[in-house]
Amino acid sequence: MKFSTLKRHLKEGAKNTWRNSWMTIASVGAVTTTLILVGIFLVLMLNLNHIAGELEEDVQIKALIELTTEQAAVDQLEENIKSINQVASVEFQTKDEELDNLIDSLGEQGQAWSLYEQDNPLNDAFIVKAANPQETGQVAQQISEMEHVYEVNYGQDYVDNLFAFNEYARNIGLALILALVFTAIFLISNTIKITILARKKEIGIMKLVGATNSFIRWPFFIEGMLLGILGSIIPISIILSGYYYLSQNVIMIQEFSFVEILPFHPFAWQVSGLILGIGVSIGVWGSLMSVRKFLKV
Amino acid sequence: MIEMQNVYMKYPNGVVALNGVSVSIEQGEFVYIVGPSGAGKSTFTKIMFREETPDNGQVIVNNQEVSTLKWKEVPHFRRNIGVVYQDFRLLPKLTVYENIAFALEVIEESPRNIRKRVMKVLDQVGLKNKARFIPDELSGGEQQRVAIARAIINHPGLLIADEPTGNLDPETSWEIMQLLEDINASGTTVIMATHSQDIVNSIRKRVIAMEDGMIVRDEHRGEYGYEI
Repeated sequence: MKFSTLKRHLKEGAKNTWRNSWMTIASVGAVTTTLILVGIFLVLMLNLNHIAGELEEDVQIKALIELTTEQAAVDQLEENIKSINQVASVEFQTKDEELDNLIDSLGEQGQAWSLYEQDNPLNDAFIVKAANPQETGQVAQQISEMEHVYEVNYGQDYVDNLFAFNEYARNIGLALILALVFTAIFLISNTIKITILARKKEIGIMKLVGATNSFIRWPFFIEGMLLGILGSIIPISIILSGYYYLSQNVIMIQEFSFVEILPFHPFAWQVSGLILGIGVSIGVWGSLMSVRKFLKV
Repeated sequence: MIEMQNVYMKYPNGVVALNGVSVSIEQGEFVYIVGPSGAGKSTFTKIMFREETPDNGQVIVNNQEVSTLKWKEVPHFRRNIGVVYQDFRLLPKLTVYENIAFALEVIEESPRNIRKRVMKVLDQVGLKNKARFIPDELSGGEQQRVAIARAIINHPGLLIADEPTGNLDPETSWEIMQLLEDINASGTTVIMATHSQDIVNSIRKRVIAMEDGMIVRDEHRGEYGYEI
């Protein structure tokens, strides 16, 4: 395609978007609504996934050793745990280290626990990691059956719940978004159908003088793309500003927690790019759907 | 130029528009198509530039078998055929210049050549000083000249005119006929469907008369042959 032709198509496409301003507003509104929801959904899902993944990496088994266990038996226990196939690492943690961790993790309130430093009520423990986080449950089960093991703790229940919730939310979100995307496509294809009806005569003359179908299709293609781009402006601004605010404020809470949301840069930009891409696809799809019928003459 | 063999065509509503039409038209001929309304004149012209496709029979235009053209080939096939209608079919919001340039933009002619060629064809149809007017500011005859200019700007080998003088007063009709004769004289085949007895009887050319989808008469330097 020649440059002068491309210029013509761009001009035509923009002119039509402007000419049918009411329908343009309606379909841009539909795209905007859709993309805002898609954006919020994406931010939530990707962050939940990220957090769940982090948590899963962190899943470890804490096998508390009975207080009265002899050193030899402790060594024997370590060997036994290491001999389990799925175990990746075993680390010994004294009860003093355990107490320090506890005090650290509780911050201000943790100071109260420092009273116990003289008379530590906690157990020594083995910190065990499974090679594959999914096998943590099995490993924990095996360790709990060993001698001199007082108690086995692991965060699997917590993580399992998070994953289950994640999947649940994802399915509902996907259904909702699919419905919205189709509504937006439908609205756009109708908008463009109206511009086609208004230009039926023009298309007829174009065909008469030997215009190819792709030549006729281009301005509509551009019109759809423009509608998509216009529709993604507000959603992208909301995502960028909203996520910026979020990433600034969540940091304060994070001091107490061991997970982080995805960093603003590059995550918010990536989501914005994705939203723009979805917007343009919706617009182009809608426009091509409506032109198809009119070209078979 | 044009060869038709036993062309048969029926519209979806059951009307048989062409019922076994065979005809041969040479390059450079000027042919009138006459006959009552509904005789198949329009369909006859439409199958020549593939606006309609016959159900049966062979249609060859410019050495191309029209009914086997693929969708992709149709636009290029049409670029060698000019078409003029009774209702001019100009775009009302574009100027005379833009209306004609449109036919060149569509085939991606370069902007510089477009300007040159449009001015030349405007000169040819005698409308050089009306380039900036919009169709509504012109008389019917002038509008038809614009339509003819648009049809011939690509130097087509074939010009199809479907009642080009149908909306014009007699005097203007003669001017349009003069223009069509000039175009014909330069070698372009002209096929003109018409109801005008005056024109057919005065400017004697080959006459093909159609009735009920069939050619009932085909004579050189013929007469209109119908009472009005």
